[in-house]
Amino acid sequence: MSSQTTNNLRYEHDTGKLGMWLFLFTELYLFGGLFLVYAVFRAKYSAEFHSAAQELDTFIGTLNTVFLLVSSMTMAMSITAIRKNQTKLAAFLVFVTLLLAALFILNKYFEWSHKFHFKLYPGSEVLKNLGQGQLLFFGLYYMMTGLHAIHVLVGMVLLLINLVRIRSGKVNQQHYLLLENSGLYWHLVDSIWIFLFPLLYLVT
Amino acid sequence: MENGNSHITGYFTFAVVLIILLILTTLTVTVAGFKLGAYSAGAALLIASIKVRTVITYFMHLKSESRFLKVIVIGVFTLYGLIIIVTFVDYLFR
Repeated sequence: MSSQTTNNLRYEHDTGKLGMWLFLFTELYLFGGLFLVYAVFRAKYSAEFHSAAQELDTFIGTLNTVFLLVSSMTMAMSITAIRKNQTKLAAFLVFVTLLLAALFILNKYFEWSHKFHFKLYPGSEVLKNLGQGQLLFFGLYYMMTGLHAIHVLVGMVLLLINLVRIRSGKVNQQHYLLLENSGLYWHLVDSIWIFLFPLLYLVT
Repeated sequence: MENGNSHITGYFTFAVVLIILLILTTLTVTVAGFKLGAYSAGAALLIASIKVRTVITYFMHLKSESRFLKVIVIGVFTLYGLIIIVTFVDYLFR
């Protein structure tokens, strides 16, 4: 490969990555706004937030944290693998990441179903009869974890596309920008959860 | 031929980073168990910040990125910190 082509590839890769970082900043402020709302209402209704948070299952929250942390590692490793031209290993690591993401969503499904069973969902009679503070806590809980779960689902679609493209050879040692940017997105999803978990599950 | 930055982080480094993150998670859950009152939220946020910093530095390999990117990442986080401060100053002293 000529050095001109290499330089072009490198330039393309770096600018593409910078674009992804800029997008991640907008995501930071999307969730950052919600964190700010949470912080102010928590300061205002600390006792209510305290009692409402006891409804949340710390074990499920901790388990989901572990799933996302391990998936972040396998994601980061898949980029190392593709850069070392270990294509099969890269595909396997992306697959493991996808599997962990699916486990996270499954867990979330059970968690929400359990709450719905006790009629703790936005707009329910049970929730309306609770105090203002509890209502705000659950509103924020569903909004923040819901928005986060949508991000996990989008991440899973990206991982699936990567898996197909690694297998077909479109994502390879020279062209791995898609994998790298999907990785950056995945780590953002993980980072947001790192903040959501203690704020929602451990405020008791 | 390689493209992008030349440094490739090894598998071992990522495994060590994961172990550190898991230890910090255990610490978060343990600290929340203590009745620290007002300080427990502060402790949780501090540990979460250390964890996210670790994720950005190693998993998102900001460590081996250009100085330009490092500066804008720090700038964006500083701006967010300022927004939090301004909001709380407004909320507490209005």
